[in-house]
Amino acid sequence: MTHLTKLLGASAALAISAGAALADPAIIYDLGGKFDKSFNESAFNGATMWADETGGSFAEVELQSDAQREQALRRFAEAGNNPIVMAGFSFETPLNEIAPDYPDTTFVIIDAVVDQPNVRSVIFNEHEGSYLVGVLAAMASETDTVGFVGGMDIPLIRKFACGYAQGVMATNPDATVVANMIGTTPEAWNDPAKASELTLAQISQDADVVYAAAGGSGLGVLQTAADEDIYGIGVDSNQNYLHPGQVLTSMVKQVDTAVYNAFSQGEDLETGLMVMGIENEGVGYAMDDNNADLISEEMMTAVDEAAAAINAGDIMVHDYTSDESCPAIDF
Amino acid sequence: MDLLTLLQVLDATVRLATPLLLACLAGLFSERAGIFDIGLEGKMLGGAFLSAAIAAVTGSVWLGLGAGIVAALLLSAIHGLASITFRGNQLISGVAINFFAQGLTVVIAQSWFGQGGRTPQLGDGSRFAGLTLPGAEALRDVPILGPIYYELISGHTILVYIAFLIVPLTWWVLYRTRYGLRLRAVGENPAAVDTAGVSVRGLRYSAIVICGVLTGIAGAQLATAEPAAGFIKDMTAGRGYIALAALIFAKWRPWYALFACLLFGFLQALELRPDLIQAVIGLRVQGQLLSALPYIMTVVILAGFVGKAIPPRAGGEPYVKER
Repeated sequence: MTHLTKLLGASAALAISAGAALADPAIIYDLGGKFDKSFNESAFNGATMWADETGGSFAEVELQSDAQREQALRRFAEAGNNPIVMAGFSFETPLNEIAPDYPDTTFVIIDAVVDQPNVRSVIFNEHEGSYLVGVLAAMASETDTVGFVGGMDIPLIRKFACGYAQGVMATNPDATVVANMIGTTPEAWNDPAKASELTLAQISQDADVVYAAAGGSGLGVLQTAADEDIYGIGVDSNQNYLHPGQVLTSMVKQVDTAVYNAFSQGEDLETGLMVMGIENEGVGYAMDDNNADLISEEMMTAVDEAAAAINAGDIMVHDYTSDESCPAIDF
Repeated sequence: MDLLTLLQVLDATVRLATPLLLACLAGLFSERAGIFDIGLEGKMLGGAFLSAAIAAVTGSVWLGLGAGIVAALLLSAIHGLASITFRGNQLISGVAINFFAQGLTVVIAQSWFGQGGRTPQLGDGSRFAGLTLPGAEALRDVPILGPIYYELISGHTILVYIAFLIVPLTWWVLYRTRYGLRLRAVGENPAAVDTAGVSVRGLRYSAIVICGVLTGIAGAQLATAEPAAGFIKDMTAGRGYIALAALIFAKWRPWYALFACLLFGFLQALELRPDLIQAVIGLRVQGQLLSALPYIMTVVILAGFVGKAIPPRAGGEPYVKER
C-alpha cells in the first residue's frame, strides 16, 4: 500500500513538473541547421536573446530531413509547448494540416502564410531589403555587372533576386545582373563547391559584386568573392564579419526579432499575418566596422533615400511572389 | 564565344571533374576486384570532413589530407570487413556506409566545433592553393597556346594534377603489372586466382585500401582545395553517385573514366553558364536538364544502345573458398 501511495505521489509530482514545462515555447529550425550563420542562426539568436532576458527555457529541434516536419510539430504540440515557432517556408503544408488539430496551441510560421485561426504568419519584405543592397551593389560595381547566387530555385529566392535586380537597375540602368540558382533540390542549400564555381563563372562574366541568398552554400560565395578580391553581399544575418573588407553589406532579415517577439508575447500572441518590411525595420542593410570603409557617403545617402522612398510609397518594389514575374530580370 | 570564355568553361570543367575522377578511379579499383562500392559518396564525405577538421585545427593542409585519407580508409575497412571477411551484401554495406558517414560527420563536427555540423572556414595556408606552373606568366601573351597554358593547365591545386596523373598510373598498374592482372582476374574469376595460389582476400583488401586512399583525396579536394574552404554537412551532394555513373559509362576502364568524368564535369560547368548556351544555340536550356544529362546518358549506356557495359563478372559476389 505504501508503495502504491509513493508511486502515485511520484507520478503526481511528475505530472506537475511536466505541467510546469508546458508553457515553454518551442522552435524548429529548417534543414540548413541551427548554425548556418544565416537564417536559422538568426532565429536561434532571437530565441537565445529571449532566454537570456527572461531566464526562461525553450525547446528546440534541428530537422534532418523533410519527413520530420510533421513529426516535430506534433511532438511539440503534444508536449504542450506554446507557442511553437518554425523557421522556414517548407512548413506551410504540414502546418496547414496540423494547426486545426491543436486549437489551443499557437503556431508562428516565418516566411510563409498559413491561414488558420491559431497561426501567426510572419513574412518579410525581402524584395525591399534586396532592393537596398541592389542600390549599394550597383554603386560599388566598377564593371557595371553584378551577380546573384540563389540557393534552391523557389519563388522566395526569386523574390530576393527580383528586388535586388530592381535596385541595381534603378541605380544604374546600364548595369547587367547575372543571376544563377544553385539547384532545385534542398541539397542546393549545402553545396558550397557549386556555389563557388557559380561565383567564378559570374566573375568571368565581369561581375564584381555578388549577392548570395543561398543558406549554407552562401559561405562558398562569400569565400570565393574574398579570394578573388571582389565584393560579396551576405544575407539574412549580418555576415559582414565573415570576410572583413570583402563583404560589401548584408541584407538583414530580422528573423531574431520575429522569434523574440513571438516568445515574449507567449501563449497569447496575436495571430494573423504580420509583415516585416523597411517600415518596421524588419529588413535592411547591415553596417558595422567591417564594411564602414566600403560604403561611401554618397552610397549611404542614396540607399537611405531609397529606403525613405520605399517607406513613403514613392518607390514600389515589385514582389516576385505576387505574380511570379519580374520586370527587371528573366529567370 | 571567344577563346578566353571557352577556356574559363574548360577550367571549371577540370575543377569539377577532379573529385569525380578520383572517386571514379577509386570505384574502378574496387569493382575491378569484384567489390561493388555504393559507398563512394560516404567515403568522400568522411574524407572531406576529417581533412577540413584537421586542417582547421592544425593549420596544416597536408596533415588534413592525411587525416582525410585515414577517415576514408576506416570507412573502407568497414566495407571490407562486411563484404570480404563476413561475406555480406556489398550493396547494403555501401548504403550503410553512406548513411553512417552522413550522420557521423555532422555529429562529430557539431560536438567538436559547435557550428552546426560545419568546420570553421579555412584561411589561407590551411587549404590547397592554386599552383602557377613554371613559365605560365611569361608565356601568357603567346597567342592561343599562352592563354591555354595559363588559364587551363596552370593555376590548379596540386590535388587536381595528382588526380590526372593517377589515370595513366591506374592504366599501368591494371594492364602492365602482375598485381593488375591478378586484380582484374579476381573480379572475373576468383576461383582461378585462388587455384593459382594467390590470396583472393588479400587482393580484394588491397583494392579496397586503394579505393579508400583515392576517395580520401577526393574528399580533401572538395573541402580543402581552393575555391573550397571548409566542410559543410552533406557537401558531396551526390558526387559519389555521379562517379559511379561515370564508372559504368567508362565501362570500368581508366582512360574512358577520364573522358567520362571530363564530360560530366563539362556538363556541370555548362550548367553554370546558361548565358553561353543561349548565345551559342539560341535556345534557353534549363539547367536541370543539364544536371540530369549524366544520368540519362548512363541509362542509355546501360540499356545497351551505345555498346555494352559489362561489369566484372564476379562483382558483387562474396568469394567462398569451398562449396
